[in-house]
Amino acid sequence: MNENEALLDALIEGRLPDDAGRFGPFGGRYVPETLMAAVTRLDEGVRTLLRSAELQARLEAELRDWVGRPTPITPAPALGARWGAEVWLKREDLAHTGAHKINNAIGQALLAQALGARRIVAETGAGQHGVASAAACARVGLPCTVYMGEVDVARQAPNVDRMRRLGAEVVPVTSGDRTLRAAIDEAIRDWVSDPAGTYYLIGSAIGPHPYPYLVRELQAVIGREARAQMIERAALPEAVFACVGGGSNAIGLFHAFLGDRDVRLVGVEAGGRGSGLGDHSATLSAGRPGVLHGNYSMLLYDDDGLIHETHSVSAGLDYPGVGPEHALLKLVGRVDYVTASDDEALAALDECCEAEGILPALESAHALAGARRWAQAHPGARLLVGLSGRGDKDMPILAQYPVRKERSDAAA
Amino acid sequence: MRPHERVKAAIEQSEGPAVVGFLTAGHPHPDRFLRDLAAIAEAADAVEIGVPFSDPMADGVTVQRSSRVAIEHGVSLRWIFAELERRDFELAAPVLLMSYLNPLLAFGYERLAARAAETGVCGFIVPDLPFEESGPLKAALDAAGLALVQLVTPATPRERLRRLAAESSGFLYAVTRTGTTGAGLSVPAELAEYLAAVKAASPLPVCAGFGVRERAHVELIGRHVDGVIVGSALVEVLESGADPAAFLRGLKGRSATV
Repeated sequence: MNENEALLDALIEGRLPDDAGRFGPFGGRYVPETLMAAVTRLDEGVRTLLRSAELQARLEAELRDWVGRPTPITPAPALGARWGAEVWLKREDLAHTGAHKINNAIGQALLAQALGARRIVAETGAGQHGVASAAACARVGLPCTVYMGEVDVARQAPNVDRMRRLGAEVVPVTSGDRTLRAAIDEAIRDWVSDPAGTYYLIGSAIGPHPYPYLVRELQAVIGREARAQMIERAALPEAVFACVGGGSNAIGLFHAFLGDRDVRLVGVEAGGRGSGLGDHSATLSAGRPGVLHGNYSMLLYDDDGLIHETHSVSAGLDYPGVGPEHALLKLVGRVDYVTASDDEALAALDECCEAEGILPALESAHALAGARRWAQAHPGARLLVGLSGRGDKDMPILAQYPVRKERSDAAA
Repeated sequence: MRPHERVKAAIEQSEGPAVVGFLTAGHPHPDRFLRDLAAIAEAADAVEIGVPFSDPMADGVTVQRSSRVAIEHGVSLRWIFAELERRDFELAAPVLLMSYLNPLLAFGYERLAARAAETGVCGFIVPDLPFEESGPLKAALDAAGLALVQLVTPATPRERLRRLAAESSGFLYAVTRTGTTGAGLSVPAELAEYLAAVKAASPLPVCAGFGVRERAHVELIGRHVDGVIVGSALVEVLESGADPAAFLRGLKGRSATV
């Protein structure tokens, strides 16, 4: 057995991350000494409290009664007819607050409460994690501060209003690139200032160990449900598609399928407006290993080691890093990572609206675009596409683009 | 004397508490870097040169701002080494580079150690590199006799403190409080006890940093440890165009300017 297969087996059998928080060469804990005590305490909390029968029972009840799980899988026959495939959609857009983010937010909020945190800080890009955190904090009764880049505050205004209405304080971040990455920097700075009383509720499968593991465990419910639903309704899919920014939705959907070696897993990154650095957010497709936000993973940075600014039409994918488990899955070849451009995502979004009456998030539209391309090369295949969230929050961005019909008319 | 021993000796040989001055390379302007460095090295016992980074998560607004300005001026690790190489004066104090890990990783550890040795850099401080992850960098630096300074904080458990103290080289960096750099020094009742514990655990000299802005802080901290690190306050002095050497001498009680 070669080294890569051994690593994949270890991951599937639950032996990764190891005690140092490593997924093979990736992961770890690259944080200031100030945070080591907090990270170590969280690790202990994850090992003991998260797995406790009491917390698991509370989480299960909240996922069922408050989040609305299980979310359905929806057959998409009209898309299937267009693509020449059998298409199924895993509907995280139907979860409470409109995206998969809520699975992680309520899980971590319950954990934070069990750990004795007095307040919660979170960061958000598209706003979905901010909304989910605000809602989860309201639900468990903890004050919540959400950092959000001022560029994202402007392009995701409806979500800012939702967060405030849910009782969160939203702090616009004016430093750095003023998007998700700067918001994470700022949330970490806040956490550094009071690591004992503050819980940092990270929104993706990134950050220092144990966050990538914790977030994956909380999101893995997506894949567990989807796998069982596919078997019940049809059969295992031939390929599964998910969008990848930081990668929490994708890792949640993929994880349960890792052992199904015949199921192709495809992560779709934001190809943006071109292949130059700064024009996309395709970390796994175009990045190299480096350290950002507490872990060693694939990153977009320049020859001087400075993290590069990224671009995507989707704020939720506009991030220069990715979770370390994805970096491992790419290394061992278990998941294919491809890109979809802004234009392809916008077209896929319109097509999904028109064919299925579902407005997906711009993030999810990348997964649809990737699936559409794959379907054309594999006629008749059975596909599962993760719809990570709904597109209502993207209306301010979508307003800048004409609807499909007008676009086709203009092109004609 | 090997580079890490030069750092240790410089702290130990200071009259009164040693002062380690911090400047961000190329801030406020790249043209001033070598002149500011010379002036700070003259007045301080050791110098920390900040390598600008795009995502400085342990730094407060002042150092963060200085980092951004330096990056906008094109300052990088390569540029810093080139500047150090072209200097035509002896540095009066040992110099360390303070950098987040990714620029060092991008540079390559072997090449980093070689360039540091060539250009007179004595060691490194890497705020986002905890001891557990430091093996590969430490091996490369050790081979060249360069220091890798470990940091401890009031939240560091006692057993871990002993381990970090034993692993540090040059000196041991005691962060005086939780939080980012730049805010004022709060003086918790436990500060003296904490610094005493750090001092007792460390075979190396101990320098305390984060929040040191004035002579009184130096006196207060100097009673417990061997030196202080002055970062954001010195960055502000440089930003304002004031004389960094006069400010540092004032901190050390060698003039009445502070």
